[in-house]
Amino acid sequence: MENLAQIAMQDVNFGAIMPSLVLVCFGMALLLVTVFSPRGKTTHVAYLSILALVVTGIVSLATWTPAGSLVGNWQEGFGGSVRLDNFATFFNIVFLIAAGLTILMSDDYLKREEYPIGEYYPLILFTTAGAMWMASGTDLMTIFLGLEVLSISLYVLAGFFRRQERSNEAGLKYFLLGAFSTGFLLYGIALIYGVTGTTKVALIGEILANNPSLLTNTMTLAGMGLMSIGFLFKIAAAPFHMWTPDVYQGAPTPITAFMSAGPKAAAFAAFLRVFVIGLAGLQDQWTSLLWILAVLTMIVGNVVAIYQTNLKRMLAYSSIAHAGYALVGMVAANAIGLSGILFYMLAYTFMNLGAFAILVLAGKKGEDNLTLDGFAGFGFKRPFLGVAMSIFLLSLMGIPPTAGFTAKFYIFAGAVEAGYIWLAIIGVLNSAVSLYYYLRVMVYMYFRDPAEDYGWVKMHAGAVLSIVVAIIGVFYLGIIPGAVMEFAKLAIF
Amino acid sequence: MLDTYLPILVLISIAVAFAIGSVVFSRLIGQKKPSAVKLAPYECGMPLIGSARERVSVKFYLVAVTFIVFDIEVAFLYPWAVVFKQLGWYGAGAMGFFIFVLVIGLIYEWKKGALEWE
Repeated sequence: MENLAQIAMQDVNFGAIMPSLVLVCFGMALLLVTVFSPRGKTTHVAYLSILALVVTGIVSLATWTPAGSLVGNWQEGFGGSVRLDNFATFFNIVFLIAAGLTILMSDDYLKREEYPIGEYYPLILFTTAGAMWMASGTDLMTIFLGLEVLSISLYVLAGFFRRQERSNEAGLKYFLLGAFSTGFLLYGIALIYGVTGTTKVALIGEILANNPSLLTNTMTLAGMGLMSIGFLFKIAAAPFHMWTPDVYQGAPTPITAFMSAGPKAAAFAAFLRVFVIGLAGLQDQWTSLLWILAVLTMIVGNVVAIYQTNLKRMLAYSSIAHAGYALVGMVAANAIGLSGILFYMLAYTFMNLGAFAILVLAGKKGEDNLTLDGFAGFGFKRPFLGVAMSIFLLSLMGIPPTAGFTAKFYIFAGAVEAGYIWLAIIGVLNSAVSLYYYLRVMVYMYFRDPAEDYGWVKMHAGAVLSIVVAIIGVFYLGIIPGAVMEFAKLAIF
Repeated sequence: MLDTYLPILVLISIAVAFAIGSVVFSRLIGQKKPSAVKLAPYECGMPLIGSARERVSVKFYLVAVTFIVFDIEVAFLYPWAVVFKQLGWYGAGAMGFFIFVLVIGLIYEWKKGALEWE
């Protein structure tokens, strides 16, 4: 009985989960607001969820430790299973930006597609809270819990258009494959626990460092392999990318945008913390594994994207390719490579959500027109959206002075510094391949005769605001990346 | 260390041998006089009504989910009740918040009409 009381009282520190706590409380309140609102009225829920994100952002910043400060502002709690340090805070801000841009572009979209269901917004908030637990979890079980909270809300959101076959397919496929990959992750956790006797990431690192014989143990290696399958599935790296195109195409467009930025960044956060701190002793092994997978992911993503005519599908393959670029930074695993991943996630959030915001506006009900032909002459009929789309595509290609260029620059610089010259060369060559399919969209937008007048495209305040924010982000990170890069450097371990 | 598991292994072998053995032996030495009644699936002695592959109303799932939520609540309440005194007001507050969260779920469900069986 005494033990039970001790377990329950183990240094609880709500400061360590404050941002996610705020989000979850807002989410629950919004569920009640939704259910007591008249049917079809969701705009106020959207505004309130934006408010929730802003409040959470302010709360998150309180744990940031600036450079040169003597006292760390980080918070630790729950027996050392949650740690809200600079690393977690940086990622929290990325999640909040992703969720914010998504919610901004969603309101009118849901009305156009005739699914004005308020639960959409609390679900996004819950997903974001799960992502936060993944980024701040220092215990494998906390990370697993975060992954589950994130995934379950995302499964629902992917299948949100419940009378649309494509959306149903996306939800079911994501659920089945996601559950399967979570099993792999859990199996890996179990094996690592079996070897080290703990699920605390830092302790695992210590135990492995003090007992070198454990490093060659088959169980340790199997555990590492199984855990990486779980994470690689979530970041959509080849060969665990098969679900991505179907799910991205079938899910509601804002959710696709969110999935490609928020949860991917969350998986990267957990992946980095577990492997760089917990499995530091096995770095040689996971580096050679990730080297191959990074190359494979870049090639699969870029080459298959060339054959896509549906823009959502094309951006899905592009998202696979970008996961490959970010993995290069993890192979390098030095200061510039790791902080490069953090920078990359932020840059990718802006450019990808911006591109998807334009798809949100350009789609007709049902979204069958989001193909290359559907964009013929779009740039002249809709000048602002055309220019914005071009900016985002240029950024996705990695052309200066956009965020995509600086992000790739840091990643590849890290790889070169760590001695992975060939990996950097393969990465740059892959970026060159990607020019083809990104530029083709611009060719259709500006060099094809318009087949339609695009009169159905209504400029909604929310979506336009998210496009403007994304453009500002893309140029800010592209022209003056120094400040944010300094933050990213402070954020790594 | 492994030999402590030996009794379990023996038990498993006996169980498997018994299960397979009874099927195999009854097939080998038993008489076979099939009739329509004997070949029908056994359902507690009741006569069959229709196919088993029917769509189940989604209402059953709602009830099941509601049940699981409150089932888990009880699973947490029991250990809490055991150490209620040691935890004091802090524990009471924490459990209060936990139940509050569940109540939000209940209000949501109620208002959505999940508790009505039309």
